[in-house]
Amino acid sequence: MNPRSLPHRLLPAFTGVLFIALWYAAHALLASERRFLLPPPHAVLRAFHDHGPALWSAALNTLQGALLGFGAAAVGSSLAAVVLSLTPLVRASLYPYLMILQLTPIIVIAPILVLWAGAGIISVTIITFLICFFPLVVNTTQGLISTDRNLVDLFRMSRASRTQELLLLRAPGALPYFFTGLRIAATLAPIGAIVGDFYAGNSAGGQGGLGFLTIIYSSQFKIAALFATAVSSCALGFLFAGAVVALSWFCLHRWHDSYSRSDT
Amino acid sequence: MRPSVAFDAVSKRYGDGPAILERISLRIAPGEFVSFIGPSGCGKSTLLKLVAGLSPVTSGTLTVDDHAPALATPELAFVFQEPTLLPWLNVERNVEVPLRLRGESKERRRERARAALALVGLTERAQYYPRQLSGGQRMRVSIARALSLSPKLLLLDEPFGALDEMTRDRLNEELLAIRAEHGWTALFVTHAVAEAVFLSNRIVLLAANPGRIHREIPIDLPYPRTAETRLNPAFQSLVASVSQELRALPSPAADAAVRP
Repeated sequence: MNPRSLPHRLLPAFTGVLFIALWYAAHALLASERRFLLPPPHAVLRAFHDHGPALWSAALNTLQGALLGFGAAAVGSSLAAVVLSLTPLVRASLYPYLMILQLTPIIVIAPILVLWAGAGIISVTIITFLICFFPLVVNTTQGLISTDRNLVDLFRMSRASRTQELLLLRAPGALPYFFTGLRIAATLAPIGAIVGDFYAGNSAGGQGGLGFLTIIYSSQFKIAALFATAVSSCALGFLFAGAVVALSWFCLHRWHDSYSRSDT
Repeated sequence: MRPSVAFDAVSKRYGDGPAILERISLRIAPGEFVSFIGPSGCGKSTLLKLVAGLSPVTSGTLTVDDHAPALATPELAFVFQEPTLLPWLNVERNVEVPLRLRGESKERRRERARAALALVGLTERAQYYPRQLSGGQRMRVSIARALSLSPKLLLLDEPFGALDEMTRDRLNEELLAIRAEHGWTALFVTHAVAEAVFLSNRIVLLAANPGRIHREIPIDLPYPRTAETRLNPAFQSLVASVSQELRALPSPAADAAVRP
């Protein structure tokens, strides 16, 4: 179907309406004494109204931690990827330890970090960083070492320095790979910040983020408010993913094949 | 006359692997167009890499203008099998890359890139990105990039292998027309006999395993050669006899594309 046709554009909205209808139906089908377990959509909306200020400031706190961790991971992983791309020997000696970092569940690391760095934004940032780092470093390194052999020869024949080779050839060539990693990291960053906040957000005297709100609302059985928190988290995720998609488009659409217009 | 490129018993092997090239002796005069043709594994591409200084000879002597081959020899340019362009730079900036790496000033770079693009008829496409060009146009950009260095010696490693026959024929004609004006020496590697006959003063037939010179065949057809030349019986009989020679060579993989 033509992507610009009206039915095609209305399809996502239709899916949303269908979803909300099913939600109401499921709520109605529950026995009345169990209905509190699945608050209907309008109750979630009301929770947004009732807990608006708390949700807003928590979302801002989470956003801050997610941004800091995500930014640090983007910069740090790029530097690490440059080091890893130097020789196979460097990769062989460092990759296993990067794997350890990735394979250790964050819920095990988090309490340790809280003991080391204290509860608060620093721990939240570090946890977000840890979650975002791996997909970024793996993709970017792959990009840096996937340079066309002939282009490297061309640069050598022009007596390019290693710095020139990195900045003019390897780094731009690695951009599509970097953005692949960045898209994965963008969806992980808010999750990382919320998980971090869940463990480390409760220090700053009501300055916690969405993770901290989750603890409070679940202890108070405010289920509609928990749903509102979940929706806020998703909104943050969409915000991050959208920003990265836009940035990726800005950097790549002029030249990269993935953005070439096709007739099909 | 002082040869432009001189091979004297040149052998090449990588590490302790088998010999890729064995005792190649060959003199190429300035302004000559020499094609290398032979079955897969005859070391044609390696030969060009030696001349470009990308890889050292194992034994024997190789000189380019009386000097040992070195990287970034001024006046030497290389055209690869693929267009080998940077996809994130537009056509003009792609052509400028080697000049930029050699530290040429911005104005001079631009001027030479524009001149080279005019030679291959791509002035109008200067602001395009590689993905917006056809295969033939990309190869033209690659040739313009080589020509922008004002080379005296041009090394071409099967540059038109991936193109359709019509495009290839046209680019062959253009290449000769540009050469008529600029007179560089050319070492040209190809799989296609007709192309080699059309372009060259001399064809060097290489045998494989190890790569060695089997025969040298002078091509005495007069220049300028044009599309008409291909209809000439002398041209056609040369293509036939070179094809026959090539087919007679033992081909380990039996996949040397013989296109008469």
